Amino acid sequence: MLLLGALVLYPIFFTIWRSLFDAAGSGFVGIDNYKSMFTRPDTLRAIQNNAIWLVFAPTLATIFGLFFAVLTERISWSRAFKAAVFFPMAVSMLASGVVWRLVYDQEPELGLGNALVQGVVHVFRPPGDYAGARPSQPDQLAPGGGAYTTRQAVPPGQSVDLGLIAIPPAELPKEPQRAQAPPAGGDPTSLRGTVWLDFTRGGGGKRGEIDPTEMGLPDVKVEALAGDKVVATDTTNGSGAFELKDLSQGSSYRVRLADSNFRPPYGGFYWLGPTLVTPAIIFVFLWIWAGFAMVVIAAGLSALPREVLEAARVDGASEWQVFRRVTVPLLMPVIIVVLVTLAINVLKIFDLVLVIPPGSSQSSANVLALEMWRVSFGGGLNQGLGSAVAVFLFALVLPAMIFNFRRFRAEQR
Amino acid sequence: MATATTSTAATTAGPPVRKPAGVASRITGALSRTSLQIILAVIAIAWMVPVFGLLIASLRTASDNSASGWWNAITHWHQLTFSSYSKLLQNDTIQHSIANTFFITIPTTVLVVFIAAMAGYAFAWVRFPGRDVIFLVVVCLLVVPLQMALIPVARLFDAVNLFGKIPGVVLFHVAFGLPFAIFLLRNFFAGIPGELMEAARLDGASELTIFFRVVLPLGLPAIASLAIFQFLWVWNDLLVALVFAGPESAPLTVAIQQQTRQFGSNIDVIAPGAFLTMIVPLIVFFGFQRYFVQGLLAGSTK
Repeated sequence: MLLLGALVLYPIFFTIWRSLFDAAGSGFVGIDNYKSMFTRPDTLRAIQNNAIWLVFAPTLATIFGLFFAVLTERISWSRAFKAAVFFPMAVSMLASGVVWRLVYDQEPELGLGNALVQGVVHVFRPPGDYAGARPSQPDQLAPGGGAYTTRQAVPPGQSVDLGLIAIPPAELPKEPQRAQAPPAGGDPTSLRGTVWLDFTRGGGGKRGEIDPTEMGLPDVKVEALAGDKVVATDTTNGSGAFELKDLSQGSSYRVRLADSNFRPPYGGFYWLGPTLVTPAIIFVFLWIWAGFAMVVIAAGLSALPREVLEAARVDGASEWQVFRRVTVPLLMPVIIVVLVTLAINVLKIFDLVLVIPPGSSQSSANVLALEMWRVSFGGGLNQGLGSAVAVFLFALVLPAMIFNFRRFRAEQR
Repeated sequence: MATATTSTAATTAGPPVRKPAGVASRITGALSRTSLQIILAVIAIAWMVPVFGLLIASLRTASDNSASGWWNAITHWHQLTFSSYSKLLQNDTIQHSIANTFFITIPTTVLVVFIAAMAGYAFAWVRFPGRDVIFLVVVCLLVVPLQMALIPVARLFDAVNLFGKIPGVVLFHVAFGLPFAIFLLRNFFAGIPGELMEAARLDGASELTIFFRVVLPLGLPAIASLAIFQFLWVWNDLLVALVFAGPESAPLTVAIQQQTRQFGSNIDVIAPGAFLTMIVPLIVFFGFQRYFVQGLLAGSTK
């Protein structure tokens, strides 16, 4: 009791008292620390972020937990599922932070998160085979909208040879074929040509000419344009040749290498950048605490009178109706306890926010518990302001304290 | 949509006839057992993959980790090596911090369990003036953010030369662990049938004998839950140690946290270090899952 008094009760009053003094602790400043708490950008940002946390984190974790708890009732391996979702609760927030810092790595090559995002995006918008390539003769091909278009229109029957350079070796075809200029003559309604790598390995070779060892570029999408309208398309073959067919004689067309050839691989999200960092950390919180919500709600669920649920099913209610109209209302007391518990924990969130954001977005992710530490110990050394932040946190937790107090009194009667 | 059809479906009698309900119910209806199983299996795996990723990353060299994602090791088994671990474990600071973690965690757990067991018994079964009021204060203390105590206790410890030392860290943990511990054990002990204690008293047993012979054996499940909880809580703590532990008394969590500022270049320290801090909690969790859940349910307020 003495210990509780000395290390818990007495500090509460001391901290409230201390929050009225300046950084050195000698000058009485009244409510100035509170004023600066609501005007300093750092603390203000922390208050905003705590509000975001408080709105989203407890509700989402509870919803996850509720669905998991209800759905696992219908599978035979629910114990294994619960263990899989619940185990992050046992692990330190520091370790969880490290785990997710790896997932959130911005490079899709390194971070699992962006690797998955990139994989999905590439299914719908595959990257071009020749990202980063440029024309070898800039006066022949003009850039625009990611594509390259000939500056001059060409009449059908003629041939156009388009040279590209700056293609990394990894993007080159595995079995290269020699590029060949199309034979003269041929169909007067089609435009023919070759797309090739205008670069001779080991030097030599001439710009704009298909030299003997230079290779053709396969699978390049080529379009014929009348004005801005695409009137014919083709894809180059193994030796880089294409043929744009069924054009009308007498008019001439510009030839475009489509932007999809040059589209760079999707870079993924900047998870830990200033805008996404707080949602990204909240997601880690969900990963940890959804298991808690699930276990507590599942315990409440197993205490529900089965007859009521069965009666509703017999009356022809669908599973969703049983869930909405019977299960959730009956579980409400448990759900509220879970929400309150999570809200208390959200207000105290510290480790995750310290570990996950890289230095550049630390201030965007700031929360009160972290700011309190930073201001009073981690370099700030303003214990007056730190005390004020702590008191503010305490005030935010008070409703939860009153809730617990009431619940406890009710249980005693 | 769903609400409109609900009332009709609920009131119409006649069991097997299912009314076509709203969109939501059609979705749940379509969720056959198999698809539900698949969805839940995917979720369960997704929940574990990030930690598996850390494990693999900790078994690769720093240069492999900076060149490609950990999943590349699945097809290149030869990348796996214990070199990061052996390097880490030979590091003096890390060795020291692992020892500190034990020196902080074990005394705290023992002290909290011991004090809380006595206090829990007193609050449940010994009549003394102001008992209920004091217990209500303890209930209120359950949610006090420990930020409230950091500054004053730091000054206090400074004055009595405990700042930056292991006993100081332990004391702080004990103080903030006690409200939950007392709350948990009092509620459990209060559920022990009073006749047992009356019978012991009639037989002439002292309060101390009753405590050791009746209450402790019956309360063992709750004490186990509490011990596990307290152990994990202190083992996993970062904030308290960051404030109260000095360079000589820093536990493993603090040692790793200090590396995270250069995350990319220190990955060969951070990944195995983080996995080391996880191993003990994971063993405790999977070994004593039942007690873990019980403790959680009994005191889901902290």
